[in-house]
Amino acid sequence: MSRSIEDSTNELAGYGLMPSPNDQRQIVDAQHDIFKQEVTLNMGPQHPSTHGVLRLLIDLEGEIVTKITPDPGYLHRGMEKLGESMFYNQFIPYTDRMDYIAAFTSEQAFVIAVEKLLGVTVPERAKYIRVVLAELQRIASHLLWLGTHVMDIGAITVFLYSMREREAILDIFESYCGARLTLNALRVGGLPQDVPPIFKEKVREFIDGMPAHLAEYNGLLAENPIFLRRIKGIGVISAEDAISFGLTGASLRGSGVNYDVRKAAPYDAYDRMEFDVPLGTTGDVYDRFLCRMEEMNQSLRIIRQALDQMPDGPVMTDDVHIAIPSRDATMSSIEAMQRHFIITLKGFTAPAGEIYAGIESPKGELGYYIVSRGGSIPYRVHVRAPSFINLGAIPHMAEGEMIADLVAVIGSIDIVLGEVDR
Amino acid sequence: MDDKQQEKPGSATADSISQEIEALAVRKLAEKFPGLVEEVIYFRGEITVLIPKDKVIEVCTFLRDDPDLRYNMMKDMTGCDYPEREQRFEVIYQLYSLPYNQHIRVKARVGEDEPMPSVTLLWHAAYFQEKEAYDMLGIKFVGHQGLRRILLPEDWEGYPLRKDYPLEGYH
Repeated sequence: MSRSIEDSTNELAGYGLMPSPNDQRQIVDAQHDIFKQEVTLNMGPQHPSTHGVLRLLIDLEGEIVTKITPDPGYLHRGMEKLGESMFYNQFIPYTDRMDYIAAFTSEQAFVIAVEKLLGVTVPERAKYIRVVLAELQRIASHLLWLGTHVMDIGAITVFLYSMREREAILDIFESYCGARLTLNALRVGGLPQDVPPIFKEKVREFIDGMPAHLAEYNGLLAENPIFLRRIKGIGVISAEDAISFGLTGASLRGSGVNYDVRKAAPYDAYDRMEFDVPLGTTGDVYDRFLCRMEEMNQSLRIIRQALDQMPDGPVMTDDVHIAIPSRDATMSSIEAMQRHFIITLKGFTAPAGEIYAGIESPKGELGYYIVSRGGSIPYRVHVRAPSFINLGAIPHMAEGEMIADLVAVIGSIDIVLGEVDR
Repeated sequence: MDDKQQEKPGSATADSISQEIEALAVRKLAEKFPGLVEEVIYFRGEITVLIPKDKVIEVCTFLRDDPDLRYNMMKDMTGCDYPEREQRFEVIYQLYSLPYNQHIRVKARVGEDEPMPSVTLLWHAAYFQEKEAYDMLGIKFVGHQGLRRILLPEDWEGYPLRKDYPLEGYH
């Protein structure tokens, strides 16, 4: 190994001769040495496979990833600091901007946490509507995950199909609250308005057509040998490590740990819903894929039950200190008009204390830790963001894999950078 | 802000139920570490124990490994700033027991320049979350491998979630 590649080529150029077999071997050796060196690769923040503005610093040895350092923060907006300066209801639109792919569940987590702090009970009808919308949002989020995840791996067709079905869900949201992505569809104590008369019919139409679409995706993917070779046995995390990393959602259940907040600590009307929690066995990308695909089926089951059981009645709590009066009430009674102004301008007063409440968002357990010292503004709002915590396990999952598989691993934990960075 | 309607913590009926269920963790802690738990708070069915910061690792290891408790998942870890106190920060651990489906919140107080023991050896999840707490509040975790800013740029001045940090930032 005494001669470098430059020496060899210079020598050859000097004599004007063809390289001897010995020289050829040395040239190959020298080139091989170059490839053996460690390379540090900067992936992101602008990279299509990072699903946003995630930056990863990757040490490579050939094609093998030896070390990963995630560097989030490119979308940091200081949400927790902002939360300390506004009324509880004012913070709801901000939560939309965290998990912007699943804005409804993002709001639901915050609203349920504040309701727990206040000790207010929500009317039954509001609970059922929340369940329907949250499960629709879960399907919409999983469809976007499915499309982008398999597109990263190379199956582009599914993306187009999954966007088509997601569009139908966004239309349902639009018919409810006028917005499609950042919904602002919840208030502390219930819902700002009841669903439109056509809502149930539209949802039923969607859930009747969806199983055929899921079969379509499965037909494209589940027995596709190229796709399966790309995801089986990749990015394995054991159940013990998954718990230690604090993984939640399908990323945890893929490793075979049976933990779903909807079962462990039911909120809204989930205690009356029958559904199964799909579990994986090995904890690889394939298991997480199967869990999310089955979760969509279970969500359809839950929506069907919630629509059947949905009672009539009010959608906002009758606690006058918290409830924002309906539009009709403000237009017809002076008391409701006064309450509307007071709650909008001064907020409502929360008792002193601290609570933590979590829900099962499409990404995992989304929790809020809220400290109140009395008054209408929280003292501290902390978000337990599942994307942020799940991101912490990427180095563990992907170190030792090929660089091309890293893309599959990132897709399989389903992060959204608005929530990672907050 | 109107504080007249403030409710006294621990008055709801749900709290008394939780006291019975959750008493196990508190009782076990009192047996194992007599006189260590400084304060126990029941609120809205949740339980919070306040412990001295030097004992965080011992208490967390005990809560994690005791066969009757098994708080094996650290769901969340964060800090909170109370500038009027002598030890201004509170570090809050949200522990969860997967086998028994129970929550407990462990809190410890730490001053601005005091070191806080890191729990990265107990839970991998602490690696990211302690970085975030350092980034946002400037709590210094001792034993953490690589305590650097995570969300903010490396050269950022100040710690935004401190109460004396202005909302609009420094210019």
